Amino acid sequence: MRIDGKGRGIDHSRVLRFSFDGQGYEGVAGDTLASALLANGVRMVARSFKYHRPRGIMTAGSEEPNALVTLGRGAAQAPNQRATVVEMHEGLEARSQNRWPSLGFDVLAVNDLMAPFIGAGFYYKTFMWPRAFWERVYEPAIRRAAGLGALSGVAAEDGHERAYAHCDLLVIGAGPAGLMAAWAAAEAGADVILAEEDLAPGGRLLAEAEEVDGIEGADWAAGLARDLAARPNVRIMTRTSVTGAYDGGTYGAFERSAPGMAARHGAPKGCFWRIVARRAVLASGALERPVAFAANDRPGVMMAGAVRAYLNRWGVAPGQSAVVFGNNDGAHRTVADLQGAGVHVAALVDARTGVECALDVPFYAGAQVTGTSGRRGLEAVMVATAKGEVRLAADCLAVSGGWNPTVHLACHMGARPVWDESLAAFLAPEGAVPGMEVAGAAAGRFSTRACLASGLEAGLRAARDLGLPVPNITAPPAQDGRYDILPLWQVPGRGRAWLDFQNDVTVKDVVQAAKENFRSVEHMKRYTTQGMAPDQGKNSNVAALAVLAAASGRTIPETGTTTFRPPYVPVPVAAMGAGARGKGFAPERLTTSHGASVVRGAPMIEAGLWYRPSYFPRAGETHWRQSCDREVAMVRQSVGVCDVSTLGKIDVQGPDAARFLDFVYTNAMSKLAEGRVRYGLMLREDGHVMDDGTCARLGAAHYLVTTTTAAAGQVMRHLDFAAQVLRSDLDARAISVTEQWAQFAVAGPNARDVLAGVLDEVPDLPFMGFGEVRIGAVAARLFRISFSGELGYEIAVPARFGAALSDLLVARAEAMGGGAYGMEALNVLRIEKGFITHAEIHGRVTAFDIGMQGVMSTKKDFVGRAAASRPGLMEEGREQLVGLKPVGEIKEILAGAHLFDEGAEAVSANDRGYVTSACYSPTLGHVIALGFLARGRARIGERVRAVDHLRGSVTICEVCAPGWVDPEGGRMRG
Amino acid sequence: MADLVEKSPCAGLVPVAAGALRLSEIALGPITSVAPYKGQAAAVAAMLGAQGLGWPAPGQVIAQGAARVQWFGLDLALLIGVAPGAGLADHAALADQSDGWAVLRLEGAGAGDVLARLTPLDLRESIFGVGQTARSDLGHMAAAITRVEAEAYEIMGFRSMAGTLVHEMAAAMTRVAARRTSPAKGR
Amino acid sequence: MRLPCPLCGARDIREFSHMGAALARPDGGDWGPDWNDYLHNRDNPAGQTEELWYHGQGCGGWLVVTRDTVRHEVRGARLAGEGAGA
Repeated sequence: MRIDGKGRGIDHSRVLRFSFDGQGYEGVAGDTLASALLANGVRMVARSFKYHRPRGIMTAGSEEPNALVTLGRGAAQAPNQRATVVEMHEGLEARSQNRWPSLGFDVLAVNDLMAPFIGAGFYYKTFMWPRAFWERVYEPAIRRAAGLGALSGVAAEDGHERAYAHCDLLVIGAGPAGLMAAWAAAEAGADVILAEEDLAPGGRLLAEAEEVDGIEGADWAAGLARDLAARPNVRIMTRTSVTGAYDGGTYGAFERSAPGMAARHGAPKGCFWRIVARRAVLASGALERPVAFAANDRPGVMMAGAVRAYLNRWGVAPGQSAVVFGNNDGAHRTVADLQGAGVHVAALVDARTGVECALDVPFYAGAQVTGTSGRRGLEAVMVATAKGEVRLAADCLAVSGGWNPTVHLACHMGARPVWDESLAAFLAPEGAVPGMEVAGAAAGRFSTRACLASGLEAGLRAARDLGLPVPNITAPPAQDGRYDILPLWQVPGRGRAWLDFQNDVTVKDVVQAAKENFRSVEHMKRYTTQGMAPDQGKNSNVAALAVLAAASGRTIPETGTTTFRPPYVPVPVAAMGAGARGKGFAPERLTTSHGASVVRGAPMIEAGLWYRPSYFPRAGETHWRQSCDREVAMVRQSVGVCDVSTLGKIDVQGPDAARFLDFVYTNAMSKLAEGRVRYGLMLREDGHVMDDGTCARLGAAHYLVTTTTAAAGQVMRHLDFAAQVLRSDLDARAISVTEQWAQFAVAGPNARDVLAGVLDEVPDLPFMGFGEVRIGAVAARLFRISFSGELGYEIAVPARFGAALSDLLVARAEAMGGGAYGMEALNVLRIEKGFITHAEIHGRVTAFDIGMQGVMSTKKDFVGRAAASRPGLMEEGREQLVGLKPVGEIKEILAGAHLFDEGAEAVSANDRGYVTSACYSPTLGHVIALGFLARGRARIGERVRAVDHLRGSVTICEVCAPGWVDPEGGRMRG
Repeated sequence: MADLVEKSPCAGLVPVAAGALRLSEIALGPITSVAPYKGQAAAVAAMLGAQGLGWPAPGQVIAQGAARVQWFGLDLALLIGVAPGAGLADHAALADQSDGWAVLRLEGAGAGDVLARLTPLDLRESIFGVGQTARSDLGHMAAAITRVEAEAYEIMGFRSMAGTLVHEMAAAMTRVAARRTSPAKGR
Repeated sequence: MRLPCPLCGARDIREFSHMGAALARPDGGDWGPDWNDYLHNRDNPAGQTEELWYHGQGCGGWLVVTRDTVRHEVRGARLAGEGAGA
């Protein structure tokens, strides 16, 4: 029920319509879904996880265990949203969860009657046999019953974003302590980020009836926040939960967008922040904990602090007649606030003895609530007093078992919290997160005055640590209320007493776990599921471990806590992965001829980040093989053009460039003549092949290294390492020029003719020669190299001319009966020649394996030389590169197939090698393949079986020398 | 003989606008990487100094009219907007990079917030003021980011990645522009 | 995690890639126990380590980073070799 004139956080005049389970209601601006439901008298909002018991709103914050609802539909459907943090807006549509057919009548509520049989561990004991039942019967049934809200099954929109922020000081929480810390550091000149989970700064001041600096606390907070927000060095991030503390002063945070903003076109629904801070102040406050007594889960049972928040902030009376039960002074304050709002208080039940009550209320000291009754909500409360049990009619029971400082973030880097006997609570150990200080209620300073002082100290200390002048600020006067807690975790008695409301874990379950020797708190958690799910036991962990401690005869500190892990509150996976689709998943690298390839209808294949054309279909071609075969024939008989710009190009210059390349290549590039190109092999230091490519000597002290497309980044990193670390004595500089040049292979008998129509003058280059050429005003580079085995050139121009040159070359080639060729044809052409790619040099092969032991110079040191000389890497028994062709009935060979001796069974013990590349050769008219075969070079002419168990293929193959077409190389040299 | 038509890296991709934010391509003219040889740093600095420029400290841009020297990495700078002087090649490895980079200009209120969605760089004015440059990651891409005005940045990315670069920047611009029209401000 | 690049200042870990322990490459090109140690044998200390990191998405410098494997603390970083222009 809304109370007239109350509610400092709402605007009574701005009515907002919303629906819950299809029923229309009205809320007001400033409401949460929870406050609006309470204002409308909706008490039962959910069914519990396991027993499907009616549940109501219990808290007023992100720790809410009960009031989980589903928002939106379709792609926007979001299950398990805490009604206590869902901001009210016009048209909000919420649905209850975990009930069928309706919240009021739920079939699975029968579970509650079965409770004696389905306590902790029942899963593990019940669904054991018959064994075959698990997959067919038990698991599907359990899966249907398990969980809370459901996803819609429709892919979510990419509605979130991610961002970085940097500051000198991150203040986590904008309650009295956080505000003071931010103020002090800001005054000192620090860059401050003040992150607040709620929609406005103030913390508990928004919920309490008390004054700071002579004015209402909430007004003081709003005023200070306004002042801070106006400063250029302060950034207040509301609706932002800091979710994790990580190495190096990095924090994760999730920001929910305000409903008004989220609705705007293009605006994010939320943002996952990475905040880097030199210092942090954790002023995250404290969370109130319940007391376990029989049937303490009935709708109407709420945390006392939440009751005060609903009264003071939202002007909502959670009931008409309340009982307040507590073990600290907060209970008295709750009575005062209830009475101040005109709510009848049936009794104040204080577990402590010898305390006084200054209020006009039936007061039971040394008394405890032992149970509740009611159908779908609280109707009466049973109280054990010194004079016996009394039954009090009430529809609201406000409970306070004390407060747990919110130390989670301080413990994210492995620290364990420390038990404080006087507060009966865990505190963060000092220095648990480097650079972070804990202040205010999070540090166990529970009064507003103590919070202000503690926050101020932390802010000033941060300023000092940051080397800033310490400002002269004093904390404003504020209330210094007492706390005086008497630890009380559970009220003995019959009936189920809940510890973890979200997971339906009772005192009995935890005791059962201890009995079955799950005494470690981590084991108890997993056995009972206490502390799991969205709330991660925020209001149940400490009481549960206290019960475990008592049941296992240990103290609370001996029992310890479970590990605190990020995130502190649930973060949508969609936010952490925001933007990581399509181009945001991996950048697309496009060549200058990409547009033309797309126009020609070429399907693209990804090569690392590059997109390269697979083949260029022509009219009448319905299968890729037709296009590929044609393109191969084109190159062999006329001419083809292929964009090879994706190959890595590294410019190496310097007085010691030649010596440097001698060090990174196995062969002696210092012996290469100017204007000539050489094939080169690079090894890793472990003696295996890293990459291959060509190296051109452009000048006496100037080389151009070419890498494969796949290894370009790795080779650049390697050359940087060699230059900076291994051979910093050499004066050579290497820089990538991959992006600068667009490069095209022109291959085939008519290659020279194509160039003749493009270049101003075609130089008479020898095979493996290099020359500078001109295309009109454009200076270009011409290399006479071939990856196809035909007369071949590669021509490079500055990339701005790439598209134009590509068009020109392809048009010229087409006029001669040739044209563009893609990756499929390129692959066939090179297999026909026995040329290798990273399918062969896959990281486990040596120069010896590919038959290139001859290109390892013995006259110089080079990377990988020592390791490559190990006897095991040069053994004849190793798997060596061979060619394969089918000679039996079956004419296919599949890459990935393994090789076996002809008569041997195809089992791993008989494995003799494997196929790395295979294709149909249109030139030869049959399939050919490359592979590695033990003693392969000595087995040419023999027969082996290629077996692919996965695809059920067995082929009898003849071992050949790798390279079928023009093995003497006359065509490419000619 | 053949006359090749040139095409800029971001042709057809820009301009992009969102709210007060603008993304456009700029032509810097010649770009040459300069990597001094051993013991030649002073000589290189002197030769660049003769052009009114100099050798930049890490993160520095030295500008003189349309010409500038931009720090680009360990013992590496880009000479931009002007051809290298005669003789510089005797003291440093020079490589033409004029075509390797897509160069974008992002400007308008909230430009820094756009970049904060893409790069882990600390872009606070006190750390990264006007005239500062940095190499960093921008949406999984290698980038050089230079602050040219309080709310204007130049972003260099690989030419081959220009499409993704513009796409990522445009997406972030949309988010920031949508946020900035709200009272919650765009940060 | 962040690493303090001597040239670029403190930078996010995503700009770097890791190579392993910073060890001196043995002299000479012939295989021997020193090469075996260089390639295969590592101390895996609980405490201070020196590791090679590449600032590939930054200045391109190879760094030796001093790090404490127990406290997760990065103590410092220096360039692994002298730059050519130094």
